[in-house]
Amino acid sequence: MPVPMPAQGIGHCHSAKSPEVMLAFYRRLFPYKPFFLWLNQEHVPSRLFTHREFAFTLGESTYVRYNSFNNVEDFKKEILRANPTRFEIGPIYNVRPRDRKSVPQHVLRPELRELVFDIDMTDYDEVRTCCSGGNICRRCWGFIAAAVKVLDQSLRDSFGFKHLLWVYSGRRGIHCWISDRHALSLTDDQRRSLVQFLEVVKGGKEVAKKVNVRNGNDIGPLNANIEHALDTIKADFVRIALMDQNCFAEEKGTETLLSLLAVDRDTADSWRRKWSSSGVSSMDKWQEIMSYGAKLMKAGANSAAFRKFSNSTEDLILQYMYPRIDAEVSKRRNHLLKSPFVIHPGTGRVCVPVEVSKVDDFEPTAVPTVGQLLRELDRPAGNPAVKGEDGQDEARKLEHDYERTSLKPYIDLFEKHVTAVMRDNREAKKVVQDSKVSLDF
Amino acid sequence: MFKATSRNPQAGPSSRPGSGLGSNPEVKINRRLSGSGPSSRYPYRLNFYERPPTMDITLEEFEIFAISRLKVLTQIHALLDRSLPPQQYRELLSSTVKQHAALSSNTARNVRLDEERRRDEVGHWVLRLAFCRSPDLREKFIKTESELFRWRFETDDAVEKQEWLKSLRFDWVTVDQAEKSLLLKNLASCLPKNANESQVMGDHYVKVPWYTVPDLVSTRRVYITGGNAYVPQAYQISLVLQAFRERLGKALEMTAKSLPRMDEDDRLMPILSHLSLSFLTNISANDNNFFGEQDPNSEKVTADMVDALAVKHFPACQYNLWRRLKRDRHLKHYGRLQFGLFLKALGLPLDEALVYWRRGYGQTMSDDKFNKEYKYNIRHSYGQEGKRTNYPAKSCQQILTGAQPGAQDSHGCPYRHFAPEQLQQLLVEAYPVIQVGSLELREVMDSVKKTHYHVACTRVFELTHPGNVKKGEGIGGGNMVNHPNEYYNKSLEYEKESKGMAEPMQTD
Repeated sequence: MPVPMPAQGIGHCHSAKSPEVMLAFYRRLFPYKPFFLWLNQEHVPSRLFTHREFAFTLGESTYVRYNSFNNVEDFKKEILRANPTRFEIGPIYNVRPRDRKSVPQHVLRPELRELVFDIDMTDYDEVRTCCSGGNICRRCWGFIAAAVKVLDQSLRDSFGFKHLLWVYSGRRGIHCWISDRHALSLTDDQRRSLVQFLEVVKGGKEVAKKVNVRNGNDIGPLNANIEHALDTIKADFVRIALMDQNCFAEEKGTETLLSLLAVDRDTADSWRRKWSSSGVSSMDKWQEIMSYGAKLMKAGANSAAFRKFSNSTEDLILQYMYPRIDAEVSKRRNHLLKSPFVIHPGTGRVCVPVEVSKVDDFEPTAVPTVGQLLRELDRPAGNPAVKGEDGQDEARKLEHDYERTSLKPYIDLFEKHVTAVMRDNREAKKVVQDSKVSLDF
Repeated sequence: MFKATSRNPQAGPSSRPGSGLGSNPEVKINRRLSGSGPSSRYPYRLNFYERPPTMDITLEEFEIFAISRLKVLTQIHALLDRSLPPQQYRELLSSTVKQHAALSSNTARNVRLDEERRRDEVGHWVLRLAFCRSPDLREKFIKTESELFRWRFETDDAVEKQEWLKSLRFDWVTVDQAEKSLLLKNLASCLPKNANESQVMGDHYVKVPWYTVPDLVSTRRVYITGGNAYVPQAYQISLVLQAFRERLGKALEMTAKSLPRMDEDDRLMPILSHLSLSFLTNISANDNNFFGEQDPNSEKVTADMVDALAVKHFPACQYNLWRRLKRDRHLKHYGRLQFGLFLKALGLPLDEALVYWRRGYGQTMSDDKFNKEYKYNIRHSYGQEGKRTNYPAKSCQQILTGAQPGAQDSHGCPYRHFAPEQLQQLLVEAYPVIQVGSLELREVMDSVKKTHYHVACTRVFELTHPGNVKKGEGIGGGNMVNHPNEYYNKSLEYEKESKGMAEPMQTD
């Protein structure tokens, strides 16, 4: 039993930078079994696990690639031995990655890989007003939440994927792992095409208008897939960009706004004059823009002027709210991505799964840190801080240590996801077997 | 004479349909026959090359047919690299194909159809043998072959095309009227300009998994729902091409596996090796590789010289990165890569590069952080770390089509990736010769508008080297800029030339 320690000293010795802390985490809290089943999709170790690359970061900067393991026990043993500060998951190769030296160099080739996405807050620096760089707060998380909702909907409804796992990256971003069978076997070309389909906000620092999705036809309709996304984010645009972030309050915001809207110079100038005094909120400006649009519509709902204007407002909403994905991560099978449930070395937070239906209320700063979890473990049984359990339940021996910590709901969520992945995998195998049988006869 | 029959049908049982027409492959055809009307072996102009040819051919034909097809494929490869406007691309392609690999439709007169089609078939199969051996070769072969196929498909007679498609019996699901009217608005939204909903109802749509038509998905030309893409008639070429690529890819791998079994044949192997080698070299001859090997005659570039060189000799892409680094004291990953390799290739040695970058970051970064996180990458790009590859500098092609700049990035090609206003600002700032509102600037911007980025960059070179090249001469001899280092080298060369002329007696 761990010896209870005085409350003051704990904060210091439980930093994610300390190897002892990491080791304690790997020994007592990391969910090996569901982790293995998630990657392997069945109980018996298959190529999905044995031919999979794991890359470890040791200490501050040593990077060890091409680790692979026969089974989850080997994996755990090596994690406890090497005690990495974090590790990443790569593709399934045609050869066990650790045996790669036994074959000619060009033979090693990635074959399968979950389809992954990465959304990073830094890509929102030009639209968020509350923080910048590595910082994130409750307020700018709204952009991520909106992105997650749109991307999740589009991947499920349009592309037909079922098994999406969203994972908070520990600081300022979110990852998505798709474990459907046909997602695993997508080629790089197919991944690239999907990414290009989803890349609506494009262009570097030097481009003001970053949404150009109408194939040069500025009075034409949006592709129906993007139109659906637009419907999803309209409310978020008002709530986040206009009200909470107040994106167009300052002069710079106003100029961006005017440069993106398709209005004649006179109108733009009159707005500029009107809005020059401070204190005109983004919401007020937007309302003015909308009533201008209504006037145009009255003059002719099918007129080119109105279509052009209304399209430019749609593009503007997309530019602020449509997911800005890090395209390079998703395009190729051999890109490594940080595993769920590892500790972010900077913040000490665990990379936990996030439920899409609750993503709006997700509080990145409230995610348990490794220090907090170990403190919870150190707590003597019967501590009133353990929620909802009376004395008798406490006496029951818990199977896993994590069940006593605030990591439990996240692992439960993960296990639920894993069960669904495995069920589908089993059914798919059955179909294959059945068809084999029927061929035999 | 030899019997190809016993050698190359290894190309795969998988590619051989188990039943159906032509189950008797031993049809002997008299190729001296004057060709009017298609024969039973080649009923269509288009060919998926599913059955290996089984007729007798001479060794000479074996080589000649292959070489003339190879000429077409290398030309296609070169054309694809040049990112030409579609019109010009088509014209150039068409003339090469007509010269070396003509195929006429069934209605053509005075053409020996069978002979043409036999040449086509034999050429294709020989090259399969030659190019199945490495993944690189296979990839290039598939890419160029499918481009050739696409051209033929697009130029085929509509009726014949339909019949040929029918003969392939694809298992595409046709979308019925009821489903179409249900999805009417969605389907119409993906049509090109000026199309309307009535067109949807009259069109023949098929429904396929989205990943079978990646090119349509990437350009959002189809509506996607429930994992299916709804493909209108006009785009069904994509499906055919995809099938062509897939089948060819599988067949090539099968061929590669069975190739060792014919190694003992000392008549064919030398021909095949020669063919594959020339395919590879032909391509590398087109690539300008700037690795940064030191030319012993050139003077060493030091970190101190970079700023002076930047102002005089850098193309816009590198000038932008140089000024960004100066201004922001930082570049994102791809920017560092593009600029760093460029500097390496212009002759900045590793130790000077470390000095230059260290200074470039300035006060924004501690020495400790630099040594830990940035030094490695610089050394890596000089081939001193990791797998020790000496990376070449990025060519225009790579810059234009490689990783696209994200919201915070500064790499890429300014002509391609900047908004027009910002590009004009950059050009005016970088090249004092170019004036705001001048005719020349407008000319450059026109090329950009027409997406002729090479042309725009080359024009800027002409404008900034008025004493050395005239309009239309490019960077000399009518060549276009296709590598930032080429731009730099030429610019430097011209400067030396001009200096040499001004002070001819200096060397004495």
